[in-house]
Amino acid sequence: MSEWFADIKAEFILNFIDGDRWKNITGGLLNTILITIVAAVIGVVLGMIVAAIRTTYDKNKESLARSNKVVYVIMSFLNAVCKIYLAIFRGTPVVVQLLIMFFIVFASATNGVGVAMLAFGINSGAYVAEIFRGGIMSIDNGQFEAGRSLGFNYIQTMMIIVMPQVIKSILPTLLNEFIALLKETSVAGYVGITDLTRGGNIIRGVTFSPFMPLIAVALIYLIMVLLLTYLVGRIERRLKKNER
Amino acid sequence: MKDNALIAVRNLKKHYNSGAVKALDGINTDIHRGEVVVVIGPSGSGKSTFLRSLNLLELPTSGQITFEGTDIAAPHVNINKHRQKMGMVFQHFNLFPNMTVLKNMTAAPIKLKKMPKAQAEKMARDLLERVGLGDRADSYPDQLSGGQKQRVAIVRALCMEPDVLLFDEPTSALDPEMVGEVLDVMKSLAKDGMTMVVVTHEMGFAREVASRVIFMADGVILEEGTPDEIFDHPKNERLQGFLSKIL
Repeated sequence: MSEWFADIKAEFILNFIDGDRWKNITGGLLNTILITIVAAVIGVVLGMIVAAIRTTYDKNKESLARSNKVVYVIMSFLNAVCKIYLAIFRGTPVVVQLLIMFFIVFASATNGVGVAMLAFGINSGAYVAEIFRGGIMSIDNGQFEAGRSLGFNYIQTMMIIVMPQVIKSILPTLLNEFIALLKETSVAGYVGITDLTRGGNIIRGVTFSPFMPLIAVALIYLIMVLLLTYLVGRIERRLKKNER
Repeated sequence: MKDNALIAVRNLKKHYNSGAVKALDGINTDIHRGEVVVVIGPSGSGKSTFLRSLNLLELPTSGQITFEGTDIAAPHVNINKHRQKMGMVFQHFNLFPNMTVLKNMTAAPIKLKKMPKAQAEKMARDLLERVGLGDRADSYPDQLSGGQKQRVAIVRALCMEPDVLLFDEPTSALDPEMVGEVLDVMKSLAKDGMTMVVVTHEMGFAREVASRVIFMADGVILEEGTPDEIFDHPKNERLQGFLSKIL
């Protein structure tokens, strides 16, 4: 038994203490968290813009075609651009998008983490856009009509009446998207960024002892996801309580 | 100045699928101040489409809707301004579920008419009192019965002090025992001289309250007249058939 403990201890020292190898994990974790947070912010901003264009076009094309041809043409164009964006970024693997961003689009960039933030953010934006759009579409059209019939314009109706209901209904889905994003960033190592996954893998490559570093990486992801999941649950419960 | 119509509808058409479906096929009518116009007709006759065209929730294919001197069906009209003067009550109430009754009522006057909050709330509470919901100001729509919701929807529209109220089958989604309370509110509004256009299947209400009844079928007005003319001396064959089925 004591022999077994001694083995564990030796393994631990080899993988984490010797040569300050734990810094691979913490440095990687910091990058993972940074990439996730910035990508989430980019994703939400981008997603909201795309969803706004798509739903505004869908809901107003008839009246725009009648009253303002120029705006109508611009909106049709933007709507088409958004559709192409959604098709491309939801239709290809995020790893491929990351590689293209890193080796083609920003081939001369030196800040790998920055490129990764952008790549994951643009990818996430496509999913967030569809979450927002689904949320807006799920609101009964009667809510729009009631707002408009009172004299609110389209934007006022959206901001005052529809969006508060949308945000409430999509918040859990949105947070789940962030959880997925956190896990997806684990492919950042493909372009040489030392994120949490690659940090663990570097240790494995040096010590030739895969168990401890990889399990440690898995546990850290798990803990972060469980924390976020717990948060989602709490928010969901609080939203339900406010229903009345 | 002579007595102009509040709403003058001229040759109003609404076609779908580039003319294959004619929901409205040339409607002409005038709605005067203080009138209660009840629109009846079989389902699919276009009566709801007609009503929803009056505040442009449905965009007409062609024709004019002159409201207080402006053709609001013309392109480039700021319809939002005119809608403030045309209240609407929907079949499914369409109250805002995330707002209290009071907020439902005061949001539009505060935001759109820049009415001071205290004044808007005072008006809302007075109106709620009037329809017997004085104690419900802080409730959420989900906590109300159907009849209560529809009464709130009516006073919400009134909070904008409209010149005309449009009712789109206001009692059709209600349990039978709640129809009366909503009709009572509508009757009292009519008595106070509110101009109303009502699409409904409540023939009793039409007979008692309407100053004019319009019978529509296939997107056109087939007959219009006083309740007495429409219900007791119908001339049009379709109207006679319609009445024999429902009375």
